[in-house]
Amino acid sequence: MTVKELVDLFNLEIVAGPNLEKEIDGVYIGDLLSNVMARAEKDNLWLTVQGHQNVVAVALLVELSAVILVEDFEYEENSVQRACQKGVNLLKTKKKSYDLACKFCESEI
Amino acid sequence: MRKQQILNKEIESFDFQSGGEASSNLKNILRKLGVSAQIVRKTAIVTYELEMNVVIHSLGGEITALISEDELEIRVDDDGPGIADLDKAFTAGYSTASDEIREMGFGAGMGLVNVKRYADQIDVKSSLGEGTHVKVIIKLSS
Ligand SMILES: Nc1ncnc2c1ncn2[C@@H]1O[C@H](COP(=O)(O)OP(=O)(O)OP(=O)(O)O)[C@@H](O)[C@H]1O
Ligand SMILES: [Mg+2]
Repeated sequence: MTVKELVDLFNLEIVAGPNLEKEIDGVYIGDLLSNVMARAEKDNLWLTVQGHQNVVAVALLVELSAVILVEDFEYEENSVQRACQKGVNLLKTKKKSYDLACKFCESEI
Repeated sequence: MRKQQILNKEIESFDFQSGGEASSNLKNILRKLGVSAQIVRKTAIVTYELEMNVVIHSLGGEITALISEDELEIRVDDDGPGIADLDKAFTAGYSTASDEIREMGFGAGMGLVNVKRYADQIDVKSSLGEGTHVKVIIKLSS
């Protein structure tokens, strides 16, 4: 599934979408950046409450397919700029990580 | 064997805007040199953790990367304040990060543990009052 298809299917909001044709492979949930660096895999979706610009740096380095900011947290303005420049997709939702992850599970993501 | 310098970049204290840039640059350079995805990933993790430690915990410093036929050498040097107890610093979960920094998702105390896990060789010199000097070797042939 591509990020674009995911957005449509789960009604996610696109905050920065420079790379929506990217394929998704798996999900990582976490808010501690060192753990995300070490544990998240290439093309994972990353569910987090962190919206500052180092999230973009991490997503870029690990080559994640998209960041999904949950619980209606907001991205910092410079995160959005940086994401557009670097080709990192930033999405958001009002849902909690667990609820969204359950939905992903139902759809076998 | 002769090593060629492929990156040298200053890292400024508390510069979260550029934090991660050096790692990202190095990653692109290695990709262009045809280094395998697995080694690029290892290198990205190691350099990001060391780079952010300089941003968060030090007064500023620099990162240098050198490459030879069979290995990559990464040096991260800062101007202090240094690490009082290196054993503690390498203990999972140990962190002196402030609440403000923790709110950003740093301070799990996993950075140096990750560096150690992915480095083929690591050498750290540090003491209070002077800088921290880290040298990491990553083998190019696995
Ligand atoms: N360059 C440095 N200068 C001074 N102290 C450092 C430096 N690097 C690490 N430290 C000390 O070592 C501790 C452990 O570092 P480590 O990278 O493992 O964890 P952290 O940076 O606190 O959290 P995390 O990396 O998980 O976000 C730090 O909290 C800090 O006290
Ligand atoms: Mg650290």
